[in-house]
Amino acid sequence: MSNLSFDFAHLLAGGLVLVSFMLLYQDRMRGLINTFALHAIILSLSVSWQAWAQSAPHLFITALIALVFKAIVIPISLQRIIARLDIHRSVDIIGGIGATMLLGIGLVALSMVVMLRATEFADPLAREDLAFALSVVLLGLLMMATRRNAIGQVIGFMSLENGLILAAAGA
Amino acid sequence: MGMIVGLAVQGAQMLLVLALAPLLIGYTRKLKSRLLRRQGPPLLQPYRDLAKMIRKEVVLAENASWLFRLAPYAIFACTWVAAALVPTFATGLMFSWTADLIAITALLGSARFFLALAGMDIGTSFGGIGSSREAMFASLAEPAMILIVFTVSLIAGSTQLSEIAAFSLTHAQLRVSLGLALFGLMIVAIAENGRIPVDNPATHLELTMVHEAMILEYSGRHLAVIEFAAALKILLYVSLIACIFAPWGLAASEASLFAFAAGVALYVGKVWIVSSVLVLFETSIAKMRVFRVPEFLGVALMLGFLGILLRFVSGSL
Repeated sequence: MSNLSFDFAHLLAGGLVLVSFMLLYQDRMRGLINTFALHAIILSLSVSWQAWAQSAPHLFITALIALVFKAIVIPISLQRIIARLDIHRSVDIIGGIGATMLLGIGLVALSMVVMLRATEFADPLAREDLAFALSVVLLGLLMMATRRNAIGQVIGFMSLENGLILAAAGA
Repeated sequence: MGMIVGLAVQGAQMLLVLALAPLLIGYTRKLKSRLLRRQGPPLLQPYRDLAKMIRKEVVLAENASWLFRLAPYAIFACTWVAAALVPTFATGLMFSWTADLIAITALLGSARFFLALAGMDIGTSFGGIGSSREAMFASLAEPAMILIVFTVSLIAGSTQLSEIAAFSLTHAQLRVSLGLALFGLMIVAIAENGRIPVDNPATHLELTMVHEAMILEYSGRHLAVIEFAAALKILLYVSLIACIFAPWGLAASEASLFAFAAGVALYVGKVWIVSSVLVLFETSIAKMRVFRVPEFLGVALMLGFLGILLRFVSGSL
């Protein structure tokens, strides 16, 4: 695999971690849902890049499903639910944003250390991708733990799922 | 001969940032107005404003100390030196051995120190509140800036800007740490220049204002110098982003005249693109509450930290 395609996959996976942090940072419902749509778009970009780089066309279907459902259908329906229930005000976050972000950095460090130690003899692309994917999963868990309302928890769960798809596509 | 050329290039660079800074402000104001379907002031309005203010008489408060009169020039000098150290169109500048990112951060820090002192000098409550807020933001923005500097210099192996630019030209690679540093630097730049989500540069009457509150007591040539320094600072951040993350077209030290001209043209193009992106971002977002700004800057701090972390982890592979 050439250097550029490695770099690009790495960048997209890193972007997914970044957007996970943006999800943790959001304290408005609508912003949260829009950021989740961005999360799904980056996931589908990342998966389609893997499909192209590994010449595995079936991965394009995964990317398409992620794009249609997670980036378009689910965000729009969540926005509708929020408009109907009139709960678009702020989200209360247990422990505040700053502490959550610090915990998030700790989780990313943890997943880096664990993954890079555990997969010492694997393909370097898969290693870094797996480390990023594990961070996305852990950040999703953190989000589920720190949000009080159901929609925040649902979005945390779906971002966790995005991390799993990233791991599956990269390995 | 080489030294004369070096001096000439360095001098040209110092004059270029000086000439371009008000134009950048004029362009952002114009584009912002056009995006809001207003006519907007002409592009050259900031130059006219500066000329007008320089001609006007200075009105000083009765209890203004010498510090109040000295501060504008100190701020301007620090900012101008810092802006002249960033390679804009050529890398091998005469003073590039001093063009250390940490030195640039320190110069900007001293400019801020004088500004905060001047804000408190007269003793009005408004100036004091501006200074205290500036110090609060700075206590987060500066560590974030230093962490970003560390990320970039860990990758490039140097804190000197011309070497960083040369490194990113020869080792063109997409790196996650660099991407994180870019985001962090953009947040720091927005906060440091008092652009929209943090502070509104277009008003004087908001209770949340920071930069304008500190310079409220200034008039005449003092105000002109401070406004000029603010314009230089925003150009400095734009050039810094262009130099670290898009160093294409930077002329080497002993290049031909044509290469220098091409470098200048490319530099103006880069400034145009970055400032247009800044304006698009500003018009699409609302100003945040003052007490959310530390969170916003905390994100920059976190990005810098994450960048260093990733760099160390993937470096130890």
